Amino acid sequence: MNAPAQKIPATDTTDTLLEIRDLEKRFSLTGDFLEQLKFKGGKLVRHQEHVHAINGVSLDIRRGEALCVVGESGCGKSTVARTVMGLLSPSAGEIRYDGTRIDNMSTRQLLSYRRRMQMIFQNPYASLNPRMTIQQTLEEPVRLHHPDWNRQQVVDQVERVMASVGIDPDWGKRFGHEFSGGQRQRIAIARALAVDPEFIVADEPISALDVSIQAQVLNLLTDAQQERGLTYLFITHDLAVVEHFGTRVAVMYLGTVCEVAETATLFANPRHPYTQALLSAIPRLDDDGPDHIRLDGEVPTPVNLPTGCVFHGRCPYANQRCREEVPTLQTLNDGVRVACHAVEEGRLPG
Amino acid sequence: MALLEVNQLDVRFALRKGDVHALRDINFTLERGERLGIVGESGAGKSVAAFSLLNLIAQPGFIAGGEINFEGKTLNTMSERGLRKVRGNRISMIFQDPMMTLNPVLSIGAQMVESLKAHRRISTRRARAIALEKLRQVQIPSPETRLDQYPHELSGGMRQRIIIAVALLLDPDIIIADEPTTALDVTIQAEIMSLLLNLCEEHNVGLILITHDLGVVSQVTQRMLVMYAGRVIEQGPTREIINDPQHPYTQGLINALPQMATPGEKLNQIRGSMPSLSNLPGGCAFHPRCDFIKRADGRTRPACVEQVPGFVSSGNCRVACHMVAEMQEDRRLKEEESS
Repeated sequence: MNAPAQKIPATDTTDTLLEIRDLEKRFSLTGDFLEQLKFKGGKLVRHQEHVHAINGVSLDIRRGEALCVVGESGCGKSTVARTVMGLLSPSAGEIRYDGTRIDNMSTRQLLSYRRRMQMIFQNPYASLNPRMTIQQTLEEPVRLHHPDWNRQQVVDQVERVMASVGIDPDWGKRFGHEFSGGQRQRIAIARALAVDPEFIVADEPISALDVSIQAQVLNLLTDAQQERGLTYLFITHDLAVVEHFGTRVAVMYLGTVCEVAETATLFANPRHPYTQALLSAIPRLDDDGPDHIRLDGEVPTPVNLPTGCVFHGRCPYANQRCREEVPTLQTLNDGVRVACHAVEEGRLPG
Repeated sequence: MALLEVNQLDVRFALRKGDVHALRDINFTLERGERLGIVGESGAGKSVAAFSLLNLIAQPGFIAGGEINFEGKTLNTMSERGLRKVRGNRISMIFQDPMMTLNPVLSIGAQMVESLKAHRRISTRRARAIALEKLRQVQIPSPETRLDQYPHELSGGMRQRIIIAVALLLDPDIIIADEPTTALDVTIQAEIMSLLLNLCEEHNVGLILITHDLGVVSQVTQRMLVMYAGRVIEQGPTREIINDPQHPYTQGLINALPQMATPGEKLNQIRGSMPSLSNLPGGCAFHPRCDFIKRADGRTRPACVEQVPGFVSSGNCRVACHMVAEMQEDRRLKEEESS
């Protein structure tokens, strides 16, 4: 990585739990080396194509907060979550957990960190092993991370975690398919909490659930945070949930972060033109909200990224500089960080 | 007479262990150019309601009773031949997943010409001209090239625009839209919804919008039905229901929205989950989750557990709830006493 790290003003690192620095992730579309070789004009050439899922994302997650990452499908928010958890290895950049770099660790070295950071997935129908009882599902992570515990200690720990998320102990003998989506997500949360983690990555944990069940699961996550002092990285596309749940919000567009702010500040005063459009598109119950800001066109493909600001093709305020120069996150005087030339130059109305 | 009138609609699914009642006692009307929302959680029966309007429910489902009247003709007893003249022509449907609705091996133009020719005797050239005009109406950029493209070449939002253009092809009287924007992102959803709304207003087309999203319903529709476990539990003007819901379930649903809670505080959840249709609790289907089955003196209202609630009027709304009925009765008695 050639981008110098000092561009980002160093925050108070004492309360930072997780640091993401200039993270990049590319996925190859053209297969392995041999598949990339092609004959062209009588010569053998190597042809490579990549999906640029994340392009230089830098984020800090502070101890005890819930950092929400929002964006539309394909913006790279789930890739960030998976890379942080070590489920994907980054193409470039660094991830530091509690001051230690974890992105280049071996699986064995990572094991102790995996106990401290756990993940909750979107689809509770796919994330529970159909051949395991709930008791087995909840015991598995405890056994893995505490190999020295005896049977009674494991059972006690599972009992404790079941009680704390409101799971009936009778569920233990049953299998995942016997439960509804909301109940399964409760089990998935219990599994994540079973090893007493301090950091939880939740990738769209409620978007597969019905409205009345969403509230139950969100409340459960809030309770767990308060009781255990958890830190969350919460990935979602639902801005209404963010407004309720998040301490801070990072808005992503096409693999880059365009705005990071405290939740209340972001909703009261969105700076980036994309954030403004996104907020205006939430269907509200009261009819007399402001009209939608309409965006022209659609999200460009992450295979051939646009030059300059990734948002310039749909931005009503784009000029020549936006088309050529990539904006970096700049800290404004109220602590909001925005990557936008127009905001920097004061070109935006209002 | 209303354009569409649904009376006492009753839909069942014949299963080995006996009939499952998917819909009971559904009544509503739709006037020309009116927009009606049907709201509920998954399993409430809202999609079955939409499909049964055009007699599209597949075996083992069947319409066991009631009437669906469209311009005075009863659709549920009509022959398959007669129904084909209504489907897609006078009443058209928009489904949730645009990729499933479009045929992947036919170009957009071919599919549009096909449905025009199925209903009208016109030349291919004329049909293409109509298709082009409809694509313009849904604001698709460079519509001429789109006609010869295939569904996979278009993005999700673009496909849903095409679906709307197809639904509008034969200038229908009613469009039934089943979760038309659920698969789309928020910014695209906002655009598609406002497009659909404008087109319906412009052409005076009636819209039946099926969704789980209360925000969308409140922005688009004039009247709404709230469904729970196969029944309508509250119906009336959208604004009235959203601003002052009477049924405890509707109240719970609106209060559970994150935007209704103070940030950082707990959401107002409804406990439990919706019962399965094959195993409904007795009395009011909502009573195991209801906070209001107890009277002020702490005793459970027996009717909630024993009797299926009938509808009572409240303002311009109709509500199926014993508690609301009892409160109205109390108020009436008090007024009688004082006078």
